[in-house]
Amino acid sequence: MITVQNLIKSYQSGAGELVVLKNIGFNVRRGEFLAITGRSGSGKSTLLYQLGLLDYPNSGKIIIDGLETSALSAQERTAMRLLELGYIFQDYALLPSLSALENVMIPLLMQGMSPKDAKIKAVRALERVGLGDKLVNLPSQLSGGQQQRVSIARAIGHDPKIIFADEPTANLDSETSKVVLDAFLDLHRQGQTIVMVTHEPEYAAVADRVITLSDGVIHTVEERRAN
Amino acid sequence: MESPSNKPNGERVIGHNGKARHSWFDEFKTSLRVGFFLTLRDLRRANIWTTILIIFVMFITFLNLVVIGGILVGLIEGSVVAINTRYSGDLIVSPLRSKTYIENSQDLVKFARGMPWVSDLTTRYIQGAKIEANYKDKLRETDITDSAGSLVAGIDPVAEDRVTGISKKLIEGEYLNVDDFDKILIGADLLFKYTPIDTPSFRTLERVGAGTKVRLIVNGTTREVIIKGVLKSKVGEVDQRIFMVDTQLRQLIGRSDYNVDEIAMRLKPGTDPLFVKKILTEAGFAKVAKLQTSEEAQPKFLNDIKLTFALLGNVIGTIGLAVASITIFIVIFVNAITRRKFIGIMKGIGITATAIQFSYILQAMFYGILGIGLGSAFVFGFLQPFIAAHPINFPFSDGILVATLGGTLWRVGLLLGATIIAGYIPARIVVRQNTLDAILGR
Repeated sequence: MITVQNLIKSYQSGAGELVVLKNIGFNVRRGEFLAITGRSGSGKSTLLYQLGLLDYPNSGKIIIDGLETSALSAQERTAMRLLELGYIFQDYALLPSLSALENVMIPLLMQGMSPKDAKIKAVRALERVGLGDKLVNLPSQLSGGQQQRVSIARAIGHDPKIIFADEPTANLDSETSKVVLDAFLDLHRQGQTIVMVTHEPEYAAVADRVITLSDGVIHTVEERRAN
Repeated sequence: MESPSNKPNGERVIGHNGKARHSWFDEFKTSLRVGFFLTLRDLRRANIWTTILIIFVMFITFLNLVVIGGILVGLIEGSVVAINTRYSGDLIVSPLRSKTYIENSQDLVKFARGMPWVSDLTTRYIQGAKIEANYKDKLRETDITDSAGSLVAGIDPVAEDRVTGISKKLIEGEYLNVDDFDKILIGADLLFKYTPIDTPSFRTLERVGAGTKVRLIVNGTTREVIIKGVLKSKVGEVDQRIFMVDTQLRQLIGRSDYNVDEIAMRLKPGTDPLFVKKILTEAGFAKVAKLQTSEEAQPKFLNDIKLTFALLGNVIGTIGLAVASITIFIVIFVNAITRRKFIGIMKGIGITATAIQFSYILQAMFYGILGIGLGSAFVFGFLQPFIAAHPINFPFSDGILVATLGGTLWRVGLLLGATIIAGYIPARIVVRQNTLDAILGR
């Protein structure tokens, strides 16, 4: 599903060039639940941004479902994010002026879906994450866990090929984190490809495979379950 | 499931479940729809007082654009209208430059009265005159008499009033009767108490008003007359004249013919004065008299001032427009900057830059349209009819508000255009920023 080859990403910093990802390469299989873990500053979030087409690597290739993404224009990357990929951010990243339902509807409307169809799909996605009774609530009227589940509903609403989750449990208590992880596992059981960044080993342990980054390179690859 | 692929011809397809991105027009429609969706939600959940304040700014800007210029032009337009209604009528006939009166006046009057488009007319005899006051208070014979030079107009009081309604412009005393022998009306510009000017070239009479006895000297003949009323119409041709009954003036100047010096015609509503002028010209009257529409009879300086004031109005309006544009720009920019992270998130989840920009443009348009709508309702529903009914009392005219449909539509377009640009630019600046930087607040 995803092939990463010789990926390098560096930033200009005051002291000079800071290389965050150093010649990384790996594959993500279709339907796989991959966890990327590592200490703070190991480059795991940076890696996720490259995979999710939110950032441009300095060199190397990211091939998603057969498409070499480095050749895509900004518009094509936006279209790909809209049509093929789903995102779950650490801080939920919901639009505060939109209700839970409207937050999930927005990408569906952008895909050209009619408001009626978008609403049906959005309601279904929210019901999947157990928020069927919170459709009209604004993000400010939801708890952290509920907001994160809205974020998951938004990510899965359009049936993306891959879901990218950046520390989805970082701001949640352990009980709520478990609810969110259960939602991921549920999606995974339905065949969803998921790439999740987490710094918590016990959460990474629920994935099929765990890649541990250290200092911008892959330190270990641990197969947990056969896919 | 359709996979994204690099086609052999180089065209890339990024699609999903058989649904590829559509044509440019479909993309545009979708972006517009999503932009509208976002705008509606943003406005619904915005702070109501902020929204009211922005709409109020747009409302004030619209008034600034339409009303300031409209009143400046209306100030002169008031004079133009006054000349028509209180002096010239729709069409005015006067002597040719080489003549002292209108030849064959009665033929012209008869012909004009027979025209179906002429609703009424009045004739005037005009003569140079001098008026003296306070002559009984002179201590010595050599003392200079308080006097003023003027024109005296002999009128049929009834016909004159029907055409020009000057009886309503009396500020002192009463209007003339047909049988008034030694009574006159005097224009306020000839009296010091209304026009406090006293220069060697323009003298006014002091301590004179309705009921004062004065001497009228016309063609070397002096008659002691009583001022029956004082006129103030804000039209020079009226306020600088003396009026008396035409038969009395004829007698005073010893005129035996019936050739008059001015004919003011009132036309039926909707009649084009140029058309009537053309008929009179074709009938040969242009050879014996000067035929002018009210507009043609306006002094040139009035048109010049009108153009100058229109220009001034436009300058003031442009400043207002710039202020409104900057206001909208700041509002949208602050809105977009404070929501930079959310703009980044929207881009991150695949909302196009166009859709996000549309949401800000539509938001700016909402403020603009509402401000313009309220402004139009206020101007056309209240202000213009009110000022028409109660003109602004300027010293030299009764100012009205001139706001034509064409001129207003042009200003509406201008304001809306400026609003759209002011909404688009800040949205574009913020939307163009790096998506990841925006999300991470870098």
